[in-house]
Amino acid sequence: MSAVLTVQNMTLVRGGRTLVRGLNFEVRSGDALLLTGANGAGKSTLLRAIAGLFTPASGAISISGDDIEDDENPALQAHYVGHSDALKGALSARENLDFWAAALKRRGGLDPLQALAAVNLAHVADLPVGWLSAGQRRRTALARLFVAERPLWLLDEPTTALDAASQARLAQSMAAHRAKGGMIIAATHAPIGLEDAAELRLGAPS
Amino acid sequence: MIRIFIALYQRDLRLAGRIGGGASMGVVFFLILVTITPFAIGPDLNLLARIGPAILWIAALLATLLGLDRLFQADQEDGSLDLLHMSDAPLELVVTAKCLAHWTATCLPLVLAAPLFGLMLALEGEALAGLSATLLAGTPALTFLGAIGAALTASLRRGGLLMAILILPLAIPVLIFGVSAASSAGMATTPFLPPFLILIALSLASMALAPFAAAAALRSLGE
Repeated sequence: MSAVLTVQNMTLVRGGRTLVRGLNFEVRSGDALLLTGANGAGKSTLLRAIAGLFTPASGAISISGDDIEDDENPALQAHYVGHSDALKGALSARENLDFWAAALKRRGGLDPLQALAAVNLAHVADLPVGWLSAGQRRRTALARLFVAERPLWLLDEPTTALDAASQARLAQSMAAHRAKGGMIIAATHAPIGLEDAAELRLGAPS
Repeated sequence: MIRIFIALYQRDLRLAGRIGGGASMGVVFFLILVTITPFAIGPDLNLLARIGPAILWIAALLATLLGLDRLFQADQEDGSLDLLHMSDAPLELVVTAKCLAHWTATCLPLVLAAPLFGLMLALEGEALAGLSATLLAGTPALTFLGAIGAALTASLRRGGLLMAILILPLAIPVLIFGVSAASSAGMATTPFLPPFLILIALSLASMALAPFAAAAALRSLGE
């Protein structure tokens, strides 16, 4: 697949403060973009804006590509892994992923059990998520990236609570996603295995 | 879209069953309200039979509100609502699926238990049947109206009380026609059908309109 995400002249205002003014960038198939900047610089808000969860004060976000319809809502082509894991503690990891596969899948995707195996959690597939550790919950949330194939990954501090082995596995998954023509935009403070990626440094809040 | 609808309905039902506090809690709360009323009013069977439908309706109304405040709040807190925004299904459909699941988990048990509890208030044959029919026809209106309040208060930490204050005035027409139909069922003097049909109309109208209002409220959460 080949696709391109374009952000034009975006201004983000939150709580009366202008976080980002007149931002332009493009992310193409196979590209990754690292968002860096101090706390409060607007990294998460920018990710949420691309995911369609925050309305920018001005600007346009569009996505185009081979198998993407014209005027497609970019949010429908994106995965968002935010600070909260969007998992139900009373349901098992497999049930959670079954649900998200049904809700988010548009093309292909792995079976939930295979996706859990990909984050090395196959052994706890049938445990309620509420029993899992913070890192295991995070990995379950990341397994969502595999059950529904979407070209754009929006990752907000994806390595929070992950151990070294899981971070390495995530880096591999991100590389594989980019090799397949996927796009990644990640907000992070720590190195997460996207060292070759372009960096967008958001300025201090004004 | 239908797939998302069914998956969401099933997930919410399963959650209601697992977490408890869904079906069983509503019925127990209903039972307690119905039980304490004769203690307050006294053991006058004629009086109880006359006001029985009203008591059962008020109890059903309060039991429906129980847990309704968490309808969207739980999804808002754990981030599920964000991801539902990013699915193919419009939010209106999401709201409808969640309301139907809430109705199945909370209101349907009330409808089934109502004849049993009606016996405790000295209701008989036709009145019991009329009561169940009106609850079956009227509780969807309560759930869907409640969803508007639940969506408006989804991001408030202690939104439950505010939701009740917002929603109870809207529920008054449902209560009036529900009780009026249920009371008529046991008596020959007033007709049952007209208030019952208005009750059905109220339910259908709120099922048709409330999802749009609730979805609009949910969309404004992210701003």
